[in-house]
Amino acid sequence: MNFTTGLLIVLVAFLAGIEGILDEFQFHQPLVACTLIGLVSNQLEAGIILGGTLQMIALGWANIGASVAPDVTLASVASSIFLVLSGKGVDSIYVAIAIAIPLSMFGVKLTHMVRTVSVSIVHRMDDAAEDADFGKIQRWHLVAVCLQGLRVALPAAILLLIPTSSVNQFMNMIPTWLLEGLCIGGGMIVAIGYAIVINVMVNKEIWPFFVLGFVLAMMTQFTLLALVLIAIAFMTLYLSITTKNKKNTSSEDPLDDILNDY
Amino acid sequence: MEKKLSKMDRLLVAWRTTFLQGSWNFERMQNGGWAYAIIPAIKKLYTDKQQQSDALKRHLLFFNTHPYVASPIMGVALAMEEEKANRKTVTDEEIQTVKVGMMGPLAGVGDPVFWFTLRPILAALGATLAMTGNILGPIIFFVGWNVIRFGFMWFTQEQAYHAGRNIEQVFSDGFLQMVTKGSSIIGLFVLGALVQRWVIVDYASLGLQTQLDALFPGLSALLLTLVCMWLLKKKVSPVWLIIIVFIFGILGHCIGVF
Repeated sequence: MNFTTGLLIVLVAFLAGIEGILDEFQFHQPLVACTLIGLVSNQLEAGIILGGTLQMIALGWANIGASVAPDVTLASVASSIFLVLSGKGVDSIYVAIAIAIPLSMFGVKLTHMVRTVSVSIVHRMDDAAEDADFGKIQRWHLVAVCLQGLRVALPAAILLLIPTSSVNQFMNMIPTWLLEGLCIGGGMIVAIGYAIVINVMVNKEIWPFFVLGFVLAMMTQFTLLALVLIAIAFMTLYLSITTKNKKNTSSEDPLDDILNDY
Repeated sequence: MEKKLSKMDRLLVAWRTTFLQGSWNFERMQNGGWAYAIIPAIKKLYTDKQQQSDALKRHLLFFNTHPYVASPIMGVALAMEEEKANRKTVTDEEIQTVKVGMMGPLAGVGDPVFWFTLRPILAALGATLAMTGNILGPIIFFVGWNVIRFGFMWFTQEQAYHAGRNIEQVFSDGFLQMVTKGSSIIGLFVLGALVQRWVIVDYASLGLQTQLDALFPGLSALLLTLVCMWLLKKKVSPVWLIIIVFIFGILGHCIGVF
């Protein structure tokens, strides 16, 4: 890999790191980060496929309560760098993902570090507010933003220092049964991200919608977009029916309501 | 002369709200980003140094919500600052009270709508295309998300700015609960579909696979998801769960199940 490619990858990692905290443009999501790293290192298609695969796994990664999900930012960046270094393209996708996920726990630690450092940064903003120094507040804010970028760009740069030949050797050492096993495991770990989100949203009232979605998805003719439209239709129907019921039961005697309906 | 924030000023604030979480910290969370975003308005409304300093200080107080629903709160804050600069009828405490009063309920809407419904849906749509190597996957996700996101931020900030403190009516009539419930319904439905389609449990024995499929296509995927939900509830960390499932897949493959 030449120097320019490496620099561009670090730049994408920097952007992804910033987005990892801002969560606005979504440069840190696998679909975007892996595609961009694939693009700058001339492996666009492999990058897109890795991005799609990892995105399906990471759809629901969210920190809920005390449990900490892997950091999607470092997972996207580290897996794409491994893919690029391995030189095996699409064949190395699941190995790349399997290596990147433990690494991404380290990403969680790093973002916590920066968030702690930012405490002293906002104290400097307090001082600047004392003198109504707008420029100083803006500068310190941008320093904090850049620190978040660096917390991914630096690990990316370190990963890029690993020589291509040793990654290649490592890939060749992996036996077929392990490669196939990782691919099978990769199909199953998708469930975890979904389970995280389902746990947050499900309750006694709306769980039947999960069953509806599951069963209707068996109809292979329905595309995902069609299923989303069905979901919207169900939601509208359900909300209009339940709000109507609420209005009806407002009268004192439900039996009277029923008799009136006749 | 009446001081007024122009559309350009408001647009600049909306753009800067993009960086709301930039200096997220464990002490006052989004306070630095909030102050950063509102600076153009403060500059425009106050010329006196002391007033500027006071304004900066009151906007460096604790603040935390979902990053996109901060925009309607910003709209109200802009309206109140405008009123304060012109008539001094608004106190510092009132501004902070409105901010804090809105951030809780709105965060409760922003998380299920954006993180648990809209992003999974858009990302899944993009990912299904991307897995076939189609560049449209990432493009649809990226463009679609950002159009919706900035559209939402700008529209709600403007609405809230024009409504001013009357915005509280929106909170009273159950509108927010309705939005939350509606989005949770769509989200759960789509997750059900995703579990059926994209959690892939592949058995090595073709006979077993056909028999299970004839009974209930995706039964194993459903069971696996339910087990994961249960383990997560038992406080197993998601990362350990990922490692466990990987090992489960590899071992299952070695003994010839998958």
